[in-house]
Amino acid sequence: MANASTNIAAAGPRGPKPRRAISGRNIMIYGTLGLVALYYALPLYVMIVTSLKGMPEVRLGHIFAPPVEITFQPWVKAWAQACTGLNCDGLSRGFWNSVRILIPSVVISIAVASVNGYALVNWKFKGSETFFTILIFGSFIPYQVMLYPIVILLREMGIYGTLGGLVMVHTIFGMPILTLLFRNYFTSVPEELFKAARVDGAGFWGIYFRIMLPMSMPIFVVAIILQVTGIWNDFLFGVVFTKPDLYPMTVQLNNIVNSVQGVKEYNVNMAATMITGLVPLTVYFISGKLFVRGIAAGAVKG
Amino acid sequence: MKLTTKLLAASAIVSASAAMATDLEVTHWWTSGGEAAAVAELAKAFDASGDHWIDGAIAGSGGVARPIMISRITGGDPMGATQFNHGQQALELVQAGLMQDLSEVADAGHWRDFINPINLLDACTVDGKVYCAPVNIHSPEWLWLNNHVYENLGLPVPQNWDEFVASAPQVRAAGIVPLALGDQPWQSSLAFGAMQVAIAGIDAWRAVNVDHNMDVAAGPEFAKVFQAAADARELAVGSNVGDWNLATNLVITGQAAGQIMGDWARGEFAVANQVAGVDYSCLPGLGNPDVWLSTGGDAFYFPKLNDADKTAAQMRLAALLVSPEVQVAFNLKKGSLPIRGDVDLSAADVCMQKGLSALAEGHMVPGGDMVWTPDTQTQVGDLMVEFWKSDMTAEDAQARWVAILQND
Amino acid sequence: MSAVRRRPKLLRNLNAKFAAMPMILTTLVVFVGGTIWTVVYSFTNSKLLPRLNFVGFAQYERLWNTGRWETSIHNLLLYGVFALVFTITIGFLLAVLLDQKIRFEDAFRTILLYPFALSFIVTGLVWQWLLNPNLGIQNAVRSLGWESFSFDPLYTPKIVMFGILIGGLWQGTGFIMCVMLAGLRGVDEEIWKASRVDGIPAWKTYIFVVIPMMRPVFITSLVLVASGIIKLYDLVVAMTSGGPGGSSEVPAKYVYDYMFTAQNLGQGLAASTMMLASVIIILIPWAYLEFGGRKRG
Repeated sequence: MANASTNIAAAGPRGPKPRRAISGRNIMIYGTLGLVALYYALPLYVMIVTSLKGMPEVRLGHIFAPPVEITFQPWVKAWAQACTGLNCDGLSRGFWNSVRILIPSVVISIAVASVNGYALVNWKFKGSETFFTILIFGSFIPYQVMLYPIVILLREMGIYGTLGGLVMVHTIFGMPILTLLFRNYFTSVPEELFKAARVDGAGFWGIYFRIMLPMSMPIFVVAIILQVTGIWNDFLFGVVFTKPDLYPMTVQLNNIVNSVQGVKEYNVNMAATMITGLVPLTVYFISGKLFVRGIAAGAVKG
Repeated sequence: MKLTTKLLAASAIVSASAAMATDLEVTHWWTSGGEAAAVAELAKAFDASGDHWIDGAIAGSGGVARPIMISRITGGDPMGATQFNHGQQALELVQAGLMQDLSEVADAGHWRDFINPINLLDACTVDGKVYCAPVNIHSPEWLWLNNHVYENLGLPVPQNWDEFVASAPQVRAAGIVPLALGDQPWQSSLAFGAMQVAIAGIDAWRAVNVDHNMDVAAGPEFAKVFQAAADARELAVGSNVGDWNLATNLVITGQAAGQIMGDWARGEFAVANQVAGVDYSCLPGLGNPDVWLSTGGDAFYFPKLNDADKTAAQMRLAALLVSPEVQVAFNLKKGSLPIRGDVDLSAADVCMQKGLSALAEGHMVPGGDMVWTPDTQTQVGDLMVEFWKSDMTAEDAQARWVAILQND
Repeated sequence: MSAVRRRPKLLRNLNAKFAAMPMILTTLVVFVGGTIWTVVYSFTNSKLLPRLNFVGFAQYERLWNTGRWETSIHNLLLYGVFALVFTITIGFLLAVLLDQKIRFEDAFRTILLYPFALSFIVTGLVWQWLLNPNLGIQNAVRSLGWESFSFDPLYTPKIVMFGILIGGLWQGTGFIMCVMLAGLRGVDEEIWKASRVDGIPAWKTYIFVVIPMMRPVFITSLVLVASGIIKLYDLVVAMTSGGPGGSSEVPAKYVYDYMFTAQNLGQGLAASTMMLASVIIILIPWAYLEFGGRKRG
């Protein structure tokens, strides 16, 4: 990961001020970031040490104490042994289902929303602003309220309980925020670029694929982060709109963590959460490489 | 590659078993250790009878599991069977014609002859037809005490609510919280419900909860209940926990002296290797010598399906759930009481025996789910949780309570 | 848009209209349709299943006579103001820091963002521990010798919303920082070069040039944060379940509890209609400002 950032830095000083190795400014920046990172990392620390303790140690209640005896059993249990109802194969049971749900939902919802944003900025048609306003309004509607209407809609379309139906639901509920994201990013793209392409005879899709798409990598990263997290962690839609053979991993996570009666195995809960969080985290890390400065600037000059 | 292989393997298993038996998806919210073991007994019996139980466990009863079950049923793609607390929760689904009529099975199996108390079956009956199969009885009105706390202070272990309150100042002086209470609406409601039967007495309880007599609800018997709840509120100061089992854990570890909780708390003591009568005491009906327990519990409902094979399998499952063998196996694991009086439960421990003897005497009253709508229960829960954590007076609380019940 | 070629009105921008079809259908069928559905059934006495049994304003009368609803509104306003100001400010400042050509940007960004990846259920649990007086921060500080130190927001009704805010900021600011960072990366390098040539200090460039240029990004963040605040539900359930004593109840929880747990659909929908109405009241002036005045593009 460090490679990427050094590469960018090596591309030459383009920030607000020239870079010096040690300066008051750098100390302040790294100091502040370090402190903030500590605040963000404290809960992670508690989760990790708890997940490495056995239950007797967890019961002692010293949440900051490092484990006396490190055990990976909670991780093994969370992934492969924890029982949810009758099935004792942990989170692994729903993992591939989650992947099957995640990929089409993320790709389709982002594709649809980015085209929406592009059309709203560069190809306005009569009423497009009204639709956009309604869409923003839609982002404020609590999901729970829409449960009944969506159930009815999917039932009438005949796709209730299918993967396609679930992908559609994710696309619908991702649309308001994602469209807003793309629309507002595209507004900041210089209009001259678009006009020049039109003069060259490029059409709707040509401009989208050849100019807009390459210029908007940072906002695609944001969209991917948002959707991967939202869809991967979704529980309500996954469980309401599919059947047990398609249940995502969060159903197992909920069952492991949320069991009301019986002893709470906090160490397994923590391990299960971190395992579930690993997929979005990996995606953040990989897609973060697209977060490179100067793409837009380069395109302007090019 | 890997994914494809897995999927192929999975579908092969599914189709192989489908050829032999009818698959029935069953949803429920029993996911903890003891609960899962109990469900396994049901599934084992169903599989042994030639069919196949597909488990759809969703943890978290009210808030999480029920919206899912209701959506699935109204979405036209229901499961084969689903757990509900019997009573009014599924009433509208029954009235909308979405649920399978089980009368045929109930008549053929003579359910009315052995289900005890019979109000369990009545709660499943709508317009003379049976729509659910009750599987167990849970009673919430129990006071659990840590004996060692009292022994260490040189006090006798309280035998009823009054003794418990009287000993509380000494317990508090020793730095121990007299009463553990988790901060969730249903726990406050449960504690209040337990006090209703134990303190107002059975006649006043019936007048309000069964006959909906608001004069009695506003009267002196219930004023005493609210006063007792106000006392208990003082005793519960300092128990900063949320989940019920964390509150039970305060009692087990001696940080708190007692807790009002349902009979399922026994499971927590058992897991911590505590022995009934030695390490802890259980007082059904809060120790009132005239023990009356309410009969909440779980039941299975069967949504209507368009598949004759599955409907037949639903009927087979319904009959199986109330059969003596399944009842014994299930309830011993679950720690609840069976729904029939004609089975042998000699394996039960001291606390369970106390519950059984109340059942044998017929000292059973219907549970809250049967006598009040979920709407009313939610509002009472809101009131109670506010009452327990504020300085609302007993009189105000009683007046607001009566106002809620009036609108039921 | 100046029309480059002349075509019949309906057929102009055909590709764009075709591409916008999913959006048009979603807005009309789901959001407009769903809202109308919500409003209509809020005037009925539907219990578990939607039924057209009209009862006038009865659900609304009951709603506004319910103490829990008033607490919920009050809590949401309190939480909303603080969450909005803090998330946007902290998010922007962190993004500026990360945009200083620093080393280990990837690592810092991931640390600040990772809480966003975790399930609310356990986020709530960890913060419950950290804020529990007997287990967490209070206990740790006291054991260092400061005996009178007191920090138990989740158990004190008056400040419980701030306890939830601590968890909410921890989970949410990282993502807003990423949105801001994307906005900063979209700022033309030429602007920085020009301001350096003119000798303008960096902070002035940020305030007078960069922030005005990032107006769309700020609006995006504002909507993201605000819609998250209105929908605030999981975090409260995970951290306090509305307690202590119902002092951290929020409107979305009221809606959900009444729709499904209490099985009083009419009451739940009346509450959600009130939520939607207040959103509309805020959105209409915004839409007017955004589209009514000057036309860009």
